[in-house]
Amino acid sequence: MNHAQQVDIELIVNHEKINCRVPVRVNLVDFLRNELGLTGSHVGCEQGVCGACTVEVDGTMVRGCLMLAAQADGSTVNTIEGFAESGRAGHLQQAFATHNALQCGFCTPGMLASALEYLEQGGVADRAAIRQHISGNYCRCTGYQAIVDAIEEVAGQTETTDGQ
Amino acid sequence: MKAPDFNYQRPASLSAALQLLHDNDQDAQLLAGGQSLMPMLHLRIAQPDMLIDLNRIDELATIDAGDAHIEIGSMVRYAQLEASEQIKTCLPLICSALPHIAHSAIRNRGTIGGSAALADPAAEMPALLIASNASINLVSTKASRVVSADDFFTGLYETALQPGEIIKSISIPKPGNNSVFGFYEITRRHGDYAMAGVAISAQQQSPLHKMRVVFFGVAEKPLRAHNCEQALENGTANDSGAIDLAIKSLEQLPLMGDQHTGVDSKRHLAGVALKRALQELH
Repeated sequence: MNHAQQVDIELIVNHEKINCRVPVRVNLVDFLRNELGLTGSHVGCEQGVCGACTVEVDGTMVRGCLMLAAQADGSTVNTIEGFAESGRAGHLQQAFATHNALQCGFCTPGMLASALEYLEQGGVADRAAIRQHISGNYCRCTGYQAIVDAIEEVAGQTETTDGQ
Repeated sequence: MKAPDFNYQRPASLSAALQLLHDNDQDAQLLAGGQSLMPMLHLRIAQPDMLIDLNRIDELATIDAGDAHIEIGSMVRYAQLEASEQIKTCLPLICSALPHIAHSAIRNRGTIGGSAALADPAAEMPALLIASNASINLVSTKASRVVSADDFFTGLYETALQPGEIIKSISIPKPGNNSVFGFYEITRRHGDYAMAGVAISAQQQSPLHKMRVVFFGVAEKPLRAHNCEQALENGTANDSGAIDLAIKSLEQLPLMGDQHTGVDSKRHLAGVALKRALQELH
């Protein structure tokens, strides 16, 4: 067996082209945090349960801990830094602040990623549907109420805009 | 914890993957969607010398509708199934259960073949495949064979897969026009593994005929409940006498508790799931 195998990967992270050599056992979120310094994505459970590491790979939100960095070779990856910089999550970030939808903030990057997916897939201001969509993201501070409030508000604004 | 070290291979074709598996079978593990294998690597429950990543094999990721069957490639992801018009139109049971399988981010990666190969007793897909009378198409470097879902799931995380074999696809017969389906699971949180769940198909509703009633999350493998089916056969979905008999028949099933739920609770919850699935039969 070839110990400490490394592979060369080329990917686009937050609109920036990255070339890197990584050990094959490194998962995507560790790579983003430790190699690229993108520490907005958080590492919680490393088992896919908590959702704190949720990032976008080739247009879909995935668990950053349940993919190898090697598997992202050739992919386009966006993290919370990218969503924030591009303004894509601007309304959500504002609504989270307004509604106190975060306290310690650990879950927030993953929560925003899941909420963004909900809104961009045409999700409406339906509290049950919102709760269902963010069911894969743990928050241990807020009790979720304020998070649902925030997402509901933005979904409502989007509906209104669409209706005009 | 972090994953142990391994050799990583990413074949571009099924034949290359089969050859790699053939040459390294004792030490190699196939990586499908990774939504269960990656946690197992992190927990060091799995410590393969080699990971053979199937994610770049496009020929395993197609959905083909034939006249009588839908053939779903093993690397088709849950999200792909959810988005498929063919699945929506032809496979209402699978379609209605998909939103209950884990969470959106997991469904964006998890695959139908990966779930079948892992055979987690709490997972929905193995039970859905049995209830749908599916067949699992297996290939190796030497041969290919077909195993019915009834015979495929043999025990706790155990399947009929032999060394060197890969699941190529899963064939699900298109149900007849009169067929009806039910699905219900009891979970702590939406998307969690079920404490108990059931998938039901019947070739007609009134009276119920040729049923398949398959429980999951209650035993070492998905359990087809033949006695339960017999109790309901020729009755209707709201025949309380037949339902009582069906629930009574669950006492004969070899159920298994887990760390949260004892056997008696599992049996009770299986009965509750059955009742509710029958109420929503459509």
